[in-house]
Amino acid sequence: MIGDFLSGRHHSQIESSMDSVHLFRRLRLRVALFITCYNDTLFPETGKAVVKVLERLGHTVEFPAGQTCCGQMHWNTGYQAEALPLVGRFVEQFRNAEAVVVPSSSCVAMMRDHYPKMAEEIGDRQLISDVAELLPRVFEFSEFLTKGLGLEDVGAYYPHRVTYHASCHGLRNLGLGDGPLQLLRAVKGIDLIPIENMEQCCGFGGTFAVKNADVSSAMLAEKITAVLNTGAEACTACDNSCLMHIRGALHRQRTGVRTVHLAEILAGTEEASL
Amino acid sequence: MNSAASNVLDPKTSPTFPMAAREMLEDTQLRKNVRHATEVIQAKRARVVGEMPDWQQLRESGRQIREHAMANLDFYLEQFERNCTRAGGQVHWARDGEEAKQIVTALVKGSGSDEVIKIKSMTTEEIHLNIALEAAGVHAYETDLAELIIQMGNDQPSHIVVPALHKNRQQIREIFQREMNLPELGDKPQDLADAARRFLREKFLRVKTGVSGANFLIAETGGVCIVESEGNGRMCLTLPETLITIAGIDKVLPRFQDLEVMLQLLPRSATGERMNPYNSIWTGVHENDGPRTFHVVLMDNARSEVLADKEGRQTLHCIRCGACQNACPVYRQTGGHAYGSVYAGPIGAILTPQLQQMHHAQSLPYASSLCGACYEVCPVKINIPEVLIHLRNKVVEQKGLLSAEALAMKTVGAIFRSERRFRAAQRLGRAAETPLVRKDGRGDGWIGWLPGILGGWTQARDLQEMPKETFRDWWEKRGNRSGN
Repeated sequence: MIGDFLSGRHHSQIESSMDSVHLFRRLRLRVALFITCYNDTLFPETGKAVVKVLERLGHTVEFPAGQTCCGQMHWNTGYQAEALPLVGRFVEQFRNAEAVVVPSSSCVAMMRDHYPKMAEEIGDRQLISDVAELLPRVFEFSEFLTKGLGLEDVGAYYPHRVTYHASCHGLRNLGLGDGPLQLLRAVKGIDLIPIENMEQCCGFGGTFAVKNADVSSAMLAEKITAVLNTGAEACTACDNSCLMHIRGALHRQRTGVRTVHLAEILAGTEEASL
Repeated sequence: MNSAASNVLDPKTSPTFPMAAREMLEDTQLRKNVRHATEVIQAKRARVVGEMPDWQQLRESGRQIREHAMANLDFYLEQFERNCTRAGGQVHWARDGEEAKQIVTALVKGSGSDEVIKIKSMTTEEIHLNIALEAAGVHAYETDLAELIIQMGNDQPSHIVVPALHKNRQQIREIFQREMNLPELGDKPQDLADAARRFLREKFLRVKTGVSGANFLIAETGGVCIVESEGNGRMCLTLPETLITIAGIDKVLPRFQDLEVMLQLLPRSATGERMNPYNSIWTGVHENDGPRTFHVVLMDNARSEVLADKEGRQTLHCIRCGACQNACPVYRQTGGHAYGSVYAGPIGAILTPQLQQMHHAQSLPYASSLCGACYEVCPVKINIPEVLIHLRNKVVEQKGLLSAEALAMKTVGAIFRSERRFRAAQRLGRAAETPLVRKDGRGDGWIGWLPGILGGWTQARDLQEMPKETFRDWWEKRGNRSGN
């Protein structure tokens, strides 16, 4: 009877995200960088690192100047109407890209999980087909390297003790799985220490961090304990929003432990450190 | 947590989630109990789910069965009524909780009893049936071990499957010592189970009327299914002369064979068991076997309204396994009472406000970091984060666009619609934060205090000052601007 129900009409988010994987192996691509609003403003070093890695791998990076925000904060907080116009804006800015790379797993999850539905809500046929056409070329940074380019070793050098936190949207919505860890394991000089409960949310959750500040802080406290237990010098992830939250407590508690986006680790080279 | 626990969990009067949560977070014993219990159940679940090669297909089957049942609910409810009636059951319809309580109370009175033995039932908790029965002079004995602990402790359930999960063995012993007058009682599991058994056996043999909920109503046969671990449910289903089952209209399954899927999904998700120790399925009444009179009360209580909402209706697919509660990092911190409803955790955060038709519990859709752990474990693939976002949108619409938050969100929305405004806002932000950045040699370049609602951020975290140069400024200087 199970067969009766397996019509194949329905896919989970994770399955559909897997469908979108294209392998670009050995091509020199024009990669458009969607830096995202908060990385642009608060974490420019992450953007510079992404540019460095992609150029080192032989690709050309473009930065469409009219880009702003994916709309995640508005959408997830219940301000749908404010988020809707950003779909068209994104398509407008990135439609000509061969690949779009985004150094933020939650922003990619926002686009992949919600843009098709949002385009339908807007009711613009052109936009619906544009979104469907563009989304398969939109990648989270680590995903672009591992699934898009089929790489593990990007020639990085980072002689530090590091632990990796699996951000929820990358883990569950994008299905990044082991990809970021494979990239990290290939980094020369790195001392990668596994963290306890790697898949447990750090408690950021966007506006959750201020709307439910007490619970968010309690969740963060568990994450900080886990980070400190590794003895790592730095905690990394594919999403600076989680890291900003983790970093904020690491600094408040004067732990001396840093946070660093995965791209900044992969940007490091032996030549640069000499 | 006693203040919340000793009151009835009523979404109409409960404090907001952030307020209730703050109180729970101070209860270190409660947090320890909840963390321990959810970790144990999660590990058991992971083990028995991991051994199923077709788990994802089973989930998809479960989802489709539930979706089909809810999409054709009118048809299957009437089919259930016909088949149950044909088998000798009596079906009653209740529009809401009040009507359901009146019907059940009248049926109990009609059975000639002023006592009932009860099987653990979230539906009766939802409508606070015991209070209504008590008011009508009928005493209800909870027979599920955990529900008995809750009842004797004048407490409230904090979990769908493990309602006394917030209590540890020592606390349970104290309740039993006091309420059963057993000062010498030990705290070993056998001691506690033995005390409950002695207390309950006498009720099973004496009380002539039973009240139950239902895990599933089977439309095709008119049968009712209840799964449980202790066997006390089986006692309540077989020993009384009159059995009254109360079920939400969402409990319907089309076919008997659908249990093949559900009875694999439910026990593995709920208690981490391959199957439940007791699986009771009965259809109507049978001479010289079980209750002579059998009533089913089918209760709507706003489920029709949930069904009418295209995006919210998947909430009704829930089979009450509680896996989302065990997986939830928010529930893990606060336990169930903070949700102000008998339905706690992620499923409660979407079910409760909808059952209240969004008139109450508006803080619950925000009681989640949207981490998605609930969706990942849901045996019928309810996309809880998606429904949470949908309900947040409803809350925002309700609150209007004049709140401080709405105005801020609108302003930021306008900023994101223009590159020029976005760049201006980046510059303005840097200027605005300057007075807040520490320059006292104790954390220079960091902000340790923020005003208003943003103060929630700085209560446990610092914020690094904005860098002098945005990425796009750097990119332009680099002279590599794209042709777009």
